[in-house]
Amino acid sequence: MSTHLSWRRLLIWSATAAVMIAAPLVFTQGFAVSMLSQMGIAIIFALSYNMLLGQTGMLSFGHAVYFGLGAFFSAHALNAIGAGTFHLPVSMLPLVGGAAGLVFGVIFGYITTKHSGTPFAMISLGIAEMVAACSLMFPSFFGGEGGISTDRVVGKALMRVDFGPAIQVYYLIAVWCFVCMIAMYALTQTPLGRMANAVRDNPERVRFIGYNPTHVRFLMLSLAGFFAGIAGALEVINFELITAERLGTVASGNVLLMAFIGGVGHFYGPVIGALLVTFLQSALSNYTQAWLLYFGLFFLVMILFAPGGIASLITLHQPAAQVRKMGRLAAPYAGAAAAAALLMLGLVTLVEMIYHLETKAEQVGTVMTLFGRQMDAATVPPWLVAIGILAAGVLLLAFASRFVRAAWSDITVAVNSAREA
Amino acid sequence: MAASLELTEVHKSFGKTAIINGVDLAVEKGERHAVIGPNGAGKSTLFNLISGRFPVTSGTIRLDGHDITSMQPQQINHRGLSRSFQITNIFPKLSVFENLRCAVLWSLNYKYSFWQRIGGLQDARERADELVGMIGLAKRRDTLAGVLSYAEQRALEIGVTIGGGADVILLDEPTAGMSNSETADAVALIRNVTVGKTLIMVEHDMSVVFGLADRISVLVYGQVIATGTPQEIRGNKAVQEAYLGAEVD
Repeated sequence: MSTHLSWRRLLIWSATAAVMIAAPLVFTQGFAVSMLSQMGIAIIFALSYNMLLGQTGMLSFGHAVYFGLGAFFSAHALNAIGAGTFHLPVSMLPLVGGAAGLVFGVIFGYITTKHSGTPFAMISLGIAEMVAACSLMFPSFFGGEGGISTDRVVGKALMRVDFGPAIQVYYLIAVWCFVCMIAMYALTQTPLGRMANAVRDNPERVRFIGYNPTHVRFLMLSLAGFFAGIAGALEVINFELITAERLGTVASGNVLLMAFIGGVGHFYGPVIGALLVTFLQSALSNYTQAWLLYFGLFFLVMILFAPGGIASLITLHQPAAQVRKMGRLAAPYAGAAAAAALLMLGLVTLVEMIYHLETKAEQVGTVMTLFGRQMDAATVPPWLVAIGILAAGVLLLAFASRFVRAAWSDITVAVNSAREA
Repeated sequence: MAASLELTEVHKSFGKTAIINGVDLAVEKGERHAVIGPNGAGKSTLFNLISGRFPVTSGTIRLDGHDITSMQPQQINHRGLSRSFQITNIFPKLSVFENLRCAVLWSLNYKYSFWQRIGGLQDARERADELVGMIGLAKRRDTLAGVLSYAEQRALEIGVTIGGGADVILLDEPTAGMSNSETADAVALIRNVTVGKTLIMVEHDMSVVFGLADRISVLVYGQVIATGTPQEIRGNKAVQEAYLGAEVD
C-alpha cells in the first residue's frame, strides 16, 4: 500500500516537473514567460501562507511582511553583490530572502503565536500595518515610494547563465519553486506537520497530549516566514525592483485570496489558486479597467458556492469518477456553462458601459466597442439588450441547475450502491 | 501504599463564587477511584484543576510526590497524567489513526520534529494501530473522527487519553449519553486499558461506579464528604442524605 502510494507520488512530482520545464516552450507569447515566473513565485508564497491557514488554522492578515522583508534584504544583498562587497551566486540569493523571512518570522512569531483565532488575526494585521509604517520611516532601507531597484546580471556567469534573459530567470524560479513545493509537502508529513493539523482542529486538546500549541504555531510561522522570504527574493530577481507596497496589507490580502480560492483544505489547493489568480490579474488587467470588480465578483461567487475552493470541487467529483458516472454530468454542466456564459455576457456589457460612461466618455465620446460590436452607451437599446441577456442568463442558469441537481442525485445513488456492494 | 495523586486543601473560586472548597483527596497507586456527586458539585472543575486546565486558587496538588499545582497542562501530561473530556474533545478533521498517532508522538520523544518523516516512525505507527484495535475501531481506522458515531467518538476520546502511556488516567463521565449496551462496552474498554494504571473517574451511572471503582469519593458543594469502598459509601448516612437518597434504600 505505502509503496504503491509513493510510486503515485513520484509520478505526480515528475509530472509537475515536466509541466514546469515545458511551460515556456508551449506558451511562447511575449508576456508568457513573465507570467509563468510570477506564477512560480506566487505558488511558493501561497503554499507558505497555507502552512498557517490551512495546516495550522492561523488566519494571518500580514503574511506579505515576510515576503516583503525577504525581498528588501535580498535587493540590498544583490546590490552588494553588484558592488563586490558581498559574495554569493545570484542563484543562491533566495537563501538571503529565506533567512530574512525566517528571522522576522521568529521575532514576530514570538509575539503573535501566544494567541490564536481572532486575536492572532488582529495582531497579524497590526504587525503588517506597523511594518508598512516603518517602510515610510526608513527610506534609506525601503527606498521610499520608488522602492529599491537592483540589477540581477552581476557576479560571474556560470556556463553562460547570467540571468539576463527572462527565460533563465524563469528556470531559476522554477527550480526554487519545485524544491520549495517538495520541502513544504515533506513538512506536512512530519510530526510537526501532523501536530499543526491537530492544533488547527483543537488547540486545547493538544495541551493534554503533551504539546504546547504556542510552540507548534511559532515553529510553523517561522518556517512559513522562511518560504515567504524565498518567494520575496525571487520577486527581486524577477523584477529587479521592490517597493514597500509588496509588504503591505493589500499584498497580504492577495495571498489569502490565492490560498482560499484554490482551497486551503488540500496541499495543492494554493497552487491552483496561485496559478489562477496570477493569470486573472495579469490577463484580465490587459483587457479591462474593471478587472478588480470582476476579480471581486469571482471571489464572492467562490466563497458562496465553493467555500472549500477549487480543490474541494475536484474532491467532490472523485466519487463520481470512481463509479464512472462523470459522463452523466457532461450535458447538464455544458448547459449550465452556456447559461452562465450568457449571464456573464449581459453582466460584463452592463459593467463596461458604466465604466465607459464614467471614465472615458468625456474624452472619446459615448460610442464604444465591446465584443466586436459598436454601441452608444448613451442610448437606451444597448442597456435593454444587456439587461435582457442578463435576465435570460439568470433564468436559464436556474433552469439548468435543476438538471445538474438531478444528475448529482443519480450519481449519489450510484456511489452509495457501489459502497454497499 | 503510596499516594499517586494527592490533593491538599484545594480551593477554587470563580470571582466570588467558590466552586471547590478545601478538597482533600488521596488516590493510591493502581486503584480505580470514582468521584461522584450531584450536578454542580464541582467534579469537572476538580478535574480541570488536577489536569492544569484552570489554576487553583489555593492548596497543593501532588503527582507521585511532585508538586504539580498550577503547572501547564502539557507539563502535567509529561509527568504522566492524562485526562479525557466530558464533551468529546478530539481532532475532527484527522482520521481515527491520525488522532491516535498524535496522542503517542510526545511519549515516543518525537516532540516538534520537522526533520523526520512521520510515515517512517514505525514505533508511532505500531503503537497507534495497537490503540485502534484496543478501542475497537479497526474498521474505522481511516475514517475522519468528526463523522464517527457518538459512542465511537467516546471510545476514541479514551484512546487519545491513554495513547501517551500515562500512569494516571482521569476520565470525565466516560459513559455519559450512552445506551446500556454501549455503556457495557465502554466499561469493558475502561477496565481493559487501565490495567496496572491509576484511574480516577467522574461518573453519574451508579452501576458503572459500583462495578468499576475500588474506592469512591463523594463531592458535595465543593467538598469531599466521604471516601471509602463501595460498601462503605453505600452505608454512609451523610452520603445517603446528601446524594444517593432513595437509590440505595
